[in-house]
Amino acid sequence: MSGFSGALDIAQAIRDGKMSAREAAQQALARVAALDPKLNAFTLVTSERALAEAAAIDAKRARGDTLPPLAGVPYAVKNLYDIAGVTTLAGSKIEAAKPPAARDATAVASLHKAGAVLVGALNMDEYAYGFVTENAHYGATRNPHDPSRICGGSSGGSAAAVASGMVPLALGSDTNGSIRVPAALCGIFGLKPTYGRLSRAGAFPFAASLDHVGPFARSVADLAACYDALQGPDERDPVCRQGPAEPATPELARGVKDLRVAVAGGYFAPENAELREVLMRAAKALKAARTVEIPEAARARAAAFLITAAEGGALHLPALKTRAAEFDPAVRDRLIAGALVPSAWVIAAQRFRSWYRDQVLALFQESDIILAPCAPGPAPKIGQESMELAGAKVNIRANLGIYTQPLSFIGLPVVAAPIAQAEKLPLGIQIIAAPWREALALRAAYALEQEGIAAAPIPTL
Amino acid sequence: MEQDFDADSFVTQAAAALDLPLSAEHRPGVVHNLAHISAIALLVMEFPLPEKTEPAPVFRP
Repeated sequence: MSGFSGALDIAQAIRDGKMSAREAAQQALARVAALDPKLNAFTLVTSERALAEAAAIDAKRARGDTLPPLAGVPYAVKNLYDIAGVTTLAGSKIEAAKPPAARDATAVASLHKAGAVLVGALNMDEYAYGFVTENAHYGATRNPHDPSRICGGSSGGSAAAVASGMVPLALGSDTNGSIRVPAALCGIFGLKPTYGRLSRAGAFPFAASLDHVGPFARSVADLAACYDALQGPDERDPVCRQGPAEPATPELARGVKDLRVAVAGGYFAPENAELREVLMRAAKALKAARTVEIPEAARARAAAFLITAAEGGALHLPALKTRAAEFDPAVRDRLIAGALVPSAWVIAAQRFRSWYRDQVLALFQESDIILAPCAPGPAPKIGQESMELAGAKVNIRANLGIYTQPLSFIGLPVVAAPIAQAEKLPLGIQIIAAPWREALALRAAYALEQEGIAAAPIPTL
Repeated sequence: MEQDFDADSFVTQAAAALDLPLSAEHRPGVVHNLAHISAIALLVMEFPLPEKTEPAPVFRP
């Protein structure tokens, strides 16, 4: 078994007795020890828990029990997920003094039930308010494709941990693009499911109206397997969908012949020539027949921005009153300003969200899948403040989410897919489906992967 | 709206209303961000929505 196997390969090898869960966990821990000093993705390594979970899987197999789908698969989580016995940081210094979590977040408990083995917690922008993972308290996480560059954010540690091969699976969260942007910049797959699909209970909130959780992986099959393991109703999250899981894995290989694929034009037409080229390559492979205009996307982004600022500011108001100096300076002033936003702006943004949702849903009458760029270009350098966009110099932190924010705003499911490019920094696209149709987006991603158009090769560090 | 909007005095009053102390060090950044948010809010506020449009936060499966 190579050191860099995928999740399902590892689970199969353990099931077949070719390796033990203990060996898989030890290999993952060894990779973290060797690679993480170069990347700074992990803020905590949970060796003891990993070895205990692995031992339980090995004992199960020894008894002859049927192993669960992700038995022995190592994974790690953004450090905003509750891990029983560990203090949840959410990228902050303030939370570090709080007591440890009494129980696992629902997503962590689900992966435990599916047999996966937790090896640690991962770096992020403080309180998830950022796209760069240059954290003032815990340092910048580096991009495995070029450690002088950012890995994106806010789930940057999650993307770097998977892209570098340290783990085959990781969990992140996405409010405005925080799974999709780092997936694109690190060249891996990410899934931001429909708003309400996966339970967020025990994941530190940011802007509750827009918060989603989701997985990262280096293959579509692994991504779907993790997503399937995370599904199910949860009383602990008021937004979480009732009703049974709708597994995507059985759908993956159904092909795309019957899917009507469109490309988003206008606002979503990429300025970056290479990005335009990779988007067209994916569109051609999926036989995209039309261009669609997502109306008022810039206004949608503005509305998402307002809701995020206000909800984030209100959430952190108590600490902003008493401990403002302990926040990451990159986050603090935005949260304070957000706490002061007049309510009429936020309510107008929520009403606009309803109007915009109806407009966008109408587009799915004629298309099953809409393709759009993901991040606006390759990963910027660590510490870089501005980048070129549409011939103008713009602020990086404010603009990495231009293509992602108008879609999470109405909770559409999106697969971020890395488009293969030899010898170049990764670029990704968004594969967007109608609400609750994650399986269609995953099918399209799987088709691109089968054709060699989407791929997540591990860089040599 | 934005021409008359004085982010600086707004920040002072709104922070007082919330009993939120602002240090001299943090204040300029907050005012800058509030001015930025107000410009973004204009994009949303100027859009003519049908009068009875209600927020609809979740999808029904």
